[in-house]
Amino acid sequence: MADPSKQITSAVVSVEPVATTTSAGASVAVDTVLRTNDVHVFYDGVPAIKNVSMDIQRNRITALIGPSGCGKSTLLRTFNRMNDLIPSASMTGEVLYHGQDLYDPSVDPVEVRKRIGMVFQKPNPFPKSIYDNVAFGPRVLCMKVDMDEVVERSLRHAVLWDEVKDRLKGSAVGMSGGQQQRLCIARALATNPDVLLMDEPCSALDPIATGRIEDLMVRLRDEYTIVVVTHNMQQATRVSDRTAFLTVEVDEHDQRTGVVVEYDDTAKIFSQPGDPRTEEYVTGRIG
Amino acid sequence: MSDPDRRRLRTGARNAIRAAGEDSEALALGMRSRAEVWKSTAFLALLLLSVLVALSLLFTLILDAFLDGRSRLNLELLTNFPSGVPENAGLQSAIFGSLWVIGMMILTVVPLGVGAAIYLEEYGEGNRWYKRVIEVNIQNLAAVPSIVFGILGLGMIVRGPLSLGQVAYAGSLTLALLVLPTIILASREALRAVPSSLREASMALGATKWQTIWHHVLPNAIPGIATGAILAVSRAIGETAPLLLVGATVFVTFNPDGPLSEGYTTLPVQIFNWVSRPQDEFRVLAAAGIIVLLVILLVMNSFAIWLRNRYQRHA
Repeated sequence: MADPSKQITSAVVSVEPVATTTSAGASVAVDTVLRTNDVHVFYDGVPAIKNVSMDIQRNRITALIGPSGCGKSTLLRTFNRMNDLIPSASMTGEVLYHGQDLYDPSVDPVEVRKRIGMVFQKPNPFPKSIYDNVAFGPRVLCMKVDMDEVVERSLRHAVLWDEVKDRLKGSAVGMSGGQQQRLCIARALATNPDVLLMDEPCSALDPIATGRIEDLMVRLRDEYTIVVVTHNMQQATRVSDRTAFLTVEVDEHDQRTGVVVEYDDTAKIFSQPGDPRTEEYVTGRIG
Repeated sequence: MSDPDRRRLRTGARNAIRAAGEDSEALALGMRSRAEVWKSTAFLALLLLSVLVALSLLFTLILDAFLDGRSRLNLELLTNFPSGVPENAGLQSAIFGSLWVIGMMILTVVPLGVGAAIYLEEYGEGNRWYKRVIEVNIQNLAAVPSIVFGILGLGMIVRGPLSLGQVAYAGSLTLALLVLPTIILASREALRAVPSSLREASMALGATKWQTIWHHVLPNAIPGIATGAILAVSRAIGETAPLLLVGATVFVTFNPDGPLSEGYTTLPVQIFNWVSRPQDEFRVLAAAGIIVLLVILLVMNSFAIWLRNRYQRHA
């Protein structure tokens, strides 16, 4: 399962053996789906992350790693404007999606979230039937589709179809945690998004369920662009192509703010990190 | 371990406690000092006493009403209209009056109260000063004596701006004002209890705020809202004072034919009237009326509880 990612990353490493502090955008031929320009996010005026400029590449799995409280989830939530739901949150800078600023006043957050789906840390199926869970997105977006077909395709994509095809009308709450999380992925896929954001999708799951979700992520990479926040460094090395390491910087006023220390191909981050802080983290000396 | 052994151990532990004084609890595993045991028993007894007092008062009330009214608990009580002759007097117009007034009240107050709660909980901006002012005022309104709402109803609904006249719906509106704060407070509590992960899941799928509230937040809050409605109806169905002010009369020999039917009475108003009559026969009637009122209340609440359980099972 990790074979294709290894091929890609090892190839890049051999081309570029010398460590540099940042090489975001170094590979030219790749499509950029999301680009952040100098993004700062504030909660009640206090910066949570600052100076984030990075590109998310098409059909790649990008992992965001770093210690707790470094703003990984905050950064992830800027990509589909979920921070809008938190009244105290504000931001500056640009988030470009195929060149269009997501935070432009003319942009409808609903359209953004339709194209950029999200899976959360804790599986959060609606207390409804499995079918209704998957069909909810297309229904509220008034998509003119054959609903049965969309539900089946999404569940097949999430490798859940065979387990649930006989009880589609059954409640989603009775499923196991791993099944619930795959249902949440199927639900996100049903609106036919372009990007899938995953916020520690396996942290509430056992190793077997985690393995299934990871297999699924690698499988989905051909059709979707995936950004995943993870606490599990093995997971980042197993599934991701690119890795951004974030950490907390403490300034002279004792203000703690998250910054992106290094963003590069996963193999490089874990084998030849360019920054001593990255090295300390990935070798397990801190965090 | 034999019995003498155990006894020796216990004595030993007790001696150890005596020897070590206050800080020796750790020494005697599973042994509490006699004072400690006595204290917890006394506490338990006090709690039981509170329950017994509450229950026995309630039981006495119901039993007393039942014994007094037993002789008049028959079908004629339900089918007859009020009459100056106690043997012919019945509750039909009062029962229908109560059902109309309370029914229209529910239809009015639940959408209003839930709507206000949704605004305050889902749309109102965090900690703005006016939101806090509204909150404090709603809590205070819930404690205003009902007669004050009666005067308000008389001035604003029966006469004044609305000028509905002394119709059944004016009574419904007055009672609606009375229980609106209860409904708002209970509904807000219920909305707040809906996990935010559900809201996030829905919004992340591209649902608008309104769709999220309609499809996920409200259905999950229905059990809590129903609980609030039960409380509100229970309070409203027994209210007498405000209705006396807004036109519930005591001698109505016909059923209301709609919300704007002029001339209506309700069960508590009828009971109040019977209690205040000098003849003993009317007091018996009043006791029977109380039983009827309690039964109607029980039926209405059972329906609300059934509704609540139905939704809880779905969730």
